[in-house]
Amino acid sequence: MSKLHVTTTINGDSREFLCEPEDTLLDALRNTLGLTGAKEGCATGDCGACSVTVNGRLVCSCLMLAAEAEGQEIDTIEGMADHDKLHPLQKHFLEGAALQCGICTPGFLVAAKALLDKNPDPTETEIRYHLAGNLCRCTGYDKIIRAVQNAAAEMRGA
Amino acid sequence: MALDDTKRDFKVIGQRVVRPDGIDKVTGKAQYGADLILPGMLWGAVVRSPHAHAKILKIDASEALKLDGVEAVVTRADFVEQKGDNFADNLDNIMAGKKALYDGHAVAAVAATSQRLANKAAKLVKVEYEILPHVTEVDEAMKADAPVLHEGRKYTGAPAGSGPNVTHYQDYGHGDLDAGFAKADMVIERSFKSEGVHQGYIEPHACVANYNTDGRGETWVCTQGPFMIRDFTAAFNGFNISQVRVTPSEIGGGFGGKAHIFIEPVAAALSKKTGRPVKMAMTRSEVLRATGPTISGHIDVKIGMKKDGTITAGYLGMRAQGGAYPSGTVDMATQAAFAAYDLENVKSEGWNVVTNRPKEAAYRAPGAPLGVWGVESVLDELCQELNLDPMEVRIKNAAKKGTKSSYGPTFDDMGLLTALEAAKAHPHWNAPLDGPNKGRGLSCGFWFNFGGATSVSLQINSDGTASVTEGNPDIGGSRASISMMAAETLGLPFEKVRTIVADTNSIGFNQETNGSRVTFAVGLATIKAAEAAIKVMCGRAAKIWGIDEEAVDWVDGAAVPSGPNAGDFPPMTLAEIAKVAVQTGGPIAGHHEVTADGAGVSFGVHIADVEVDPETGKTTVLRYTAFQDAGKAIHPDYVEGQMQGGAVQGIGWALNEEYIYGADGRLQNDGFLDYRIPVASDLPMIDAVILEIPNPGHPYGVRGVGETGIVPPLAAIGNAVSRATGVRMTKLPMSPPTVLKAIS
Amino acid sequence: MRFEQPKTVNDAVSLLADADGLTRVLAGGTDVLVQLRLGMVEPDLVVDIKAIPGMRDITEENGGFTIGAAVSGAELGEHAKLVAAYPGVVEGMELVGSTQVQGRATLTGNLCNASPAADSVPAMIAADAIATIAGPDGPREVPVADIAIGPGKTSLKKGEIITSFHLPARPANASDAYLRFIPRTEMDIAVASAAVNLTLKEGKVVAAKIVLGAVAPTAVTVPAAADAIIGTALDDASLDAMAKACEAACNPITDKRGTIEFRTKTAGTLAKRAAKIAFARAGGKS
Repeated sequence: MSKLHVTTTINGDSREFLCEPEDTLLDALRNTLGLTGAKEGCATGDCGACSVTVNGRLVCSCLMLAAEAEGQEIDTIEGMADHDKLHPLQKHFLEGAALQCGICTPGFLVAAKALLDKNPDPTETEIRYHLAGNLCRCTGYDKIIRAVQNAAAEMRGA
Repeated sequence: MALDDTKRDFKVIGQRVVRPDGIDKVTGKAQYGADLILPGMLWGAVVRSPHAHAKILKIDASEALKLDGVEAVVTRADFVEQKGDNFADNLDNIMAGKKALYDGHAVAAVAATSQRLANKAAKLVKVEYEILPHVTEVDEAMKADAPVLHEGRKYTGAPAGSGPNVTHYQDYGHGDLDAGFAKADMVIERSFKSEGVHQGYIEPHACVANYNTDGRGETWVCTQGPFMIRDFTAAFNGFNISQVRVTPSEIGGGFGGKAHIFIEPVAAALSKKTGRPVKMAMTRSEVLRATGPTISGHIDVKIGMKKDGTITAGYLGMRAQGGAYPSGTVDMATQAAFAAYDLENVKSEGWNVVTNRPKEAAYRAPGAPLGVWGVESVLDELCQELNLDPMEVRIKNAAKKGTKSSYGPTFDDMGLLTALEAAKAHPHWNAPLDGPNKGRGLSCGFWFNFGGATSVSLQINSDGTASVTEGNPDIGGSRASISMMAAETLGLPFEKVRTIVADTNSIGFNQETNGSRVTFAVGLATIKAAEAAIKVMCGRAAKIWGIDEEAVDWVDGAAVPSGPNAGDFPPMTLAEIAKVAVQTGGPIAGHHEVTADGAGVSFGVHIADVEVDPETGKTTVLRYTAFQDAGKAIHPDYVEGQMQGGAVQGIGWALNEEYIYGADGRLQNDGFLDYRIPVASDLPMIDAVILEIPNPGHPYGVRGVGETGIVPPLAAIGNAVSRATGVRMTKLPMSPPTVLKAIS
Repeated sequence: MRFEQPKTVNDAVSLLADADGLTRVLAGGTDVLVQLRLGMVEPDLVVDIKAIPGMRDITEENGGFTIGAAVSGAELGEHAKLVAAYPGVVEGMELVGSTQVQGRATLTGNLCNASPAADSVPAMIAADAIATIAGPDGPREVPVADIAIGPGKTSLKKGEIITSFHLPARPANASDAYLRFIPRTEMDIAVASAAVNLTLKEGKVVAAKIVLGAVAPTAVTVPAAADAIIGTALDDASLDAMAKACEAACNPITDKRGTIEFRTKTAGTLAKRAAKIAFARAGGKS
């Protein structure tokens, strides 16, 4: 079976890769491109650990074929920090102990960034519903919600 | 050398430092079980039984092996048969022998050049089954004529006359129950039923095995127990333990469920057979069908109380199933059930039975939430019936230092009363609960805490820093807390210590990361290892100063003469001693190996406010507060995190999580869509109040905090729902259909 | 498996019509990818329709709306005029899955997956939405109510694809609402659901359509429930009669998500609650 050739932009860099038609974007990121920050927790879109953005839109990379990435702009956790400068969300997740095992953390950060990009001042309820597709089993979500609130406040200059 | 072994005044401990593995985890760099790719690596897949109970007549892999890129198939015949129940049962669980004992039981495994090809090949492995009658329900399994899981097997722990699946019975208690009940003004008896739940870690089990035909190799794996993985991998494959090096990856949650062996020896067998590295990662469906769940079953509780709230007697009996192999977890349910109370007359007893379900695995305070749920529910009902304040009744009967516990030992210093008094004084307990359909529930919770076999080594580096090597995977921030304890002991700032979790060839044996043992036991060993290094450093200072080694003390990170008679020398810092270590006698290090005892019991108290929709039976948690004795909170953020995480797992258990089996014995909800763990929008903030009653068994007073948090929520929520609806809840989960049925 | 991304509707139809074996149309993919991953289907051909011009557009015509087949739930929710006119249709779609799923999932996929519990379908039917279908025999228009014919089954013929939906123009004082029951607050499949679409005149209901989900093999329109509230201002007695009519129309199953008893009772409860919301949205005062 011949592979498909895909040209795409990942974290601002143009990238090309080959994939099989059945490969998901998550497969391509993790196994072909070496970007293992997105995790596979369920492969059914129920846990959000594989969250990335496609043209700025939050998606589960397990629910998208790799071939669909042709010509799209993909952003992953690996591109969230600006070189050695952490994004305020990353900083507040660290300072607020918003992670324990850390497996869900990349997905939460990508999803939270997608929220704050659209809504710089979300309510607690808005944060909770926006992040309902990201499962965390360690924290009970408390410190995650607070970290997002604190990052939002910092980004607003509050 | 005077070392303060019960230190209470801290410089580093109690700070909220940023965890050392943090940046890797917020940037996506941290490497978990499934993140490793090796050159030439193959991918594995497991063939699993679709039947709950079946004889395996024949396995034909010829079609699978014909596929281009399929490199090997293994079955039970590829493993070394084991002696002794623990090893034999675990081998049978990871690769079925004559019979498949549950839906999802591994029967064979394949390795191929891609995951998709391996999956395809697994489907082509033809397994001929003879389907047998199955049993998944506890009371059905206990019957004399139930389908027998292990024909001919005699269980020494089963009472005479038990059915052929009953594996175990144990009782605990003291006093005279009948006399106790006779003294009561009211006696309430209730029967409760729980369903199985899963740990629900977000990272599925995953490993990469890389072995050679000479039996030498490596395993990279997300696990709570690298030494456990090593020992089983070696035994099942006929390797020598020294040749099996297991490196724990970062671990994406475990909660007890990764303290067990599953795919790892299988990956090693496939690797040995192919001579190539083999990666295996479970799917979520495999995780739910073949790993993890808790025990479940029926709980009968009878408690007698006087009008003044004094408990006169308590009884609890639990009939539990622990899946397809014998389990003793019911003992922890029955021991924990009444632990919070000082009782004259108490008895608890438990039976375990095997069923056609996956082998039970530890889950955060295994068993305890169930026993405590039953007791705390009946206590709450007695308070309602006798018109007593549930907080005052708990305070009145609370166990304390000197209490002979319901399961035997006499308690030392402990924080239950402190937690209850804190809860009583808290704004949550005193806030009015406005409006209809709302209820407030209260529950105590208990966990034993464990110590166990532990090894730590610590090196003093030439630049005045320290490196700690330990062997317990860091599941919730323990590298931070261990570095903090090392820094505190050595007198260094936190930034000058780094702790790593080493592979099994780089540190002595360690029991699994479980039993809330790591901060306690590894912390204790770290302090002792640091003290050993300090002793060496004091010796070096003595040598340089030309005075007696006994005349040197260690104060604030420096050697000092112990008094005016010892000599007049300025303090010699750790960095100064370290810099000349090679010239003064050699590298400086300390190590400590111990089977740690004195873990110190753990108690917590939870308050839950709920609202129940009377038209749908749906429960919303409005407010939640958890109180827990941490002994000494090394890193308060992560202590709170344990309390909050445990509380929310308990809330999930209380409200919506359950294993649902069909009449065919197959698991119906093998995904996160229908195995419903709490999502962010289901919950309020979880307030965590840390109390510190030092554990006499630890130099800095530490008690494990990891498990107790999951114990009270079942009853705290259950009591709240019962008070909101006016109907006593006796079935878990309290899902909307269950509640609606109960209140209609 | 072959993956194709045609640039025209005709190419998509030809690919599907000419294909041997199993085919799948890929819009948002949030159901198709799950089925692929779990090995439930192994299609020979997957046709991604997102590159076809117009498939991602929402256009307003004479007060009505035409929604392209590949418009995602998130895009639907960001269209202020559509949200104002058909809040029930939009909230139904927005209940499908997480924020992540909303970034991709479509009305078309939700309909063609033909789950009895599909969240966007009851409100679409209640709104009298029409699907435009392209196929080897040319285009045709079909009421949304006639697309799903049973669990996992649609009335679409080989080579046919839905290209858009049309929601008709609204009279004054008309609105809709959709509610579903799930055990959690998010991420579950509906156990029971109800859509209510109504028009008011002088404070009373003059037209209504009530559609239930997850209580029968397909979404169920309940004319008797509508009759119970037409001519009323949703007094308690008429709402009770409506709920009774809803319960009578239920033909659910007991499964891991709910019992017959629970689904039936909840469908009535939800219909009442949705009716009150739609009534208020249409300007009604109770």
